Amino acid sequence: MILSTRANFRLLRRRRIKDRIMTGVIMLLSLIAIIPLFMIFYHIVVNGISAINFDFFTQLPVPLGEIGGGMGNCILGSIILISIASLGAVPIGVFGGVYLSEYKHERTASLFRWVVDLMMSMPSIVIGLFVYTSIVVPSKSFSAVAGGIALGLLMLPIVAKTTEEVLKLTPLHVREAGLALGLSRWRVILFIVLRGRKSAVITGIVLALGRIAGETAPLLVTAFGNRNWPTSLMQPTPSLPVQIYNYAISPYENWHKQAWAGALTLVVLIFFINIFTRVVFTRNDLGRNTQ
Amino acid sequence: MSSQPILSFQKVHAYYGEKHTVKGVSFDVQANEVVAIIGPSGCGKSTLLRCANRLHEEDPTARVEGSILLNGVDIFQNHADPVVVRQKVGMVFQKPTAFSGLSIWENVVAGRLLKGEKKAGLKEKAEHALKQASLWEEVKDKLNAPGLSLSGGQQQRLCIARALAVNPTAILMDEPTSALDPISAARIEELISELQKIITIVIVTHNLQQAARISDKTAFMNFGELIEFNSTSKLFTNPESKLTESYITGHFG
Repeated sequence: MILSTRANFRLLRRRRIKDRIMTGVIMLLSLIAIIPLFMIFYHIVVNGISAINFDFFTQLPVPLGEIGGGMGNCILGSIILISIASLGAVPIGVFGGVYLSEYKHERTASLFRWVVDLMMSMPSIVIGLFVYTSIVVPSKSFSAVAGGIALGLLMLPIVAKTTEEVLKLTPLHVREAGLALGLSRWRVILFIVLRGRKSAVITGIVLALGRIAGETAPLLVTAFGNRNWPTSLMQPTPSLPVQIYNYAISPYENWHKQAWAGALTLVVLIFFINIFTRVVFTRNDLGRNTQ
Repeated sequence: MSSQPILSFQKVHAYYGEKHTVKGVSFDVQANEVVAIIGPSGCGKSTLLRCANRLHEEDPTARVEGSILLNGVDIFQNHADPVVVRQKVGMVFQKPTAFSGLSIWENVVAGRLLKGEKKAGLKEKAEHALKQASLWEEVKDKLNAPGLSLSGGQQQRLCIARALAVNPTAILMDEPTSALDPISAARIEELISELQKIITIVIVTHNLQQAARISDKTAFMNFGELIEFNSTSKLFTNPESKLTESYITGHFG
């Protein structure tokens, strides 16, 4: 069918207008979506920066009424808790994800997938209470171990799920090409499928780290908190989010300032974990931007 | 010719679940031959090819009856390990399958490197295989670049080099040029004729001209059955079967 030139021209113009309107709408919506993020960040920086100094990173919190002090113990405590959580959740999560993706036909895989989905939608306080009854109560103490396990349980399903989704993107013929070289199945999975998607798996881990670094509720009933430096993994352990929470709900101006500074530190800490993980684990990672 | 065939398909039947896709196919492939398998889509030619290195087993519903002899030994016999069979019978796929995260030379020797062989001796092996696949001249200055940075046609030759680097007895090719541009496809065809001197090749193709150009013998399959197996010149000029004739003259398929 041949359209007249006039009709053709009108159609083209109408399409172009529609295209502009839709592009505008999408840009506006994206802008709206990121506004809260920047408002939060702006707020944290403006309120927190004034209380940040060297002491804040190295000193213990001071008793009410005294000036100064810091959250050094909480920063260290948070790093310990996140490390314990990652130590368990990263290997189990990654290999769990591999299992879900590579052995999806097996009956236990669908059971495992169901458990992962269930864990993912579990409120964090419920996980905290689970660890409280199963670890804190029998060991008769709040501890870094309990807190780390609670955070690890939150992290595990996220790591497993993202790993699964990412590995599923590898085309079947790439797996078959590995098998056709006479490589055994586990070598193909580990050295071709997993290695080929390394940077994407790491992105999943980093997202999970960011998610747990700010968790407060499960820590209240597991790691609890401590005004001193953490000395043992079986002692109550301070953490940034819990300290921020305690200070923020207090009626004291000075503590509010410290809470803002703590929030800023937490955001920067997550940022550094993000950068660090990417730099360390994606060195010499050839061809990560292709395929 | 009375010498023992490299590959011998003997009454091969293949099933996917209830579906009977290959129905009693028998033919022999002699050393240094190129054998083309042609036939309409869904005729079972790819399935037959995948049986020859036991890749069909990756589908849990797949099942094979009959036997395929590799140098006189049944690859399905009780204790044969598919991993060992695949080291002797390589495969090149329709789409190039360079491995991400590995450089060009690491890709070429992936079959050895990922099995734990030391990197030291493998660079030479990679060079040798790249020369065999006539890719060396194009990549010799960027061996450490990602395998995926190559063009589609180069990646396909990389895959051929990779298959050669494990020193197989035969290579199976499943429509190796159908995802490539005409020039890259022509280079692969040249390469196949070149490789024939050192290895045996079974190639599945939809391109009848390609089969006529590069193969010594051709197998024509339809609905899972082998209709005709003959020398390529005979099959394309004076086929024995009416069905073959109507297929190669474009009346169906």
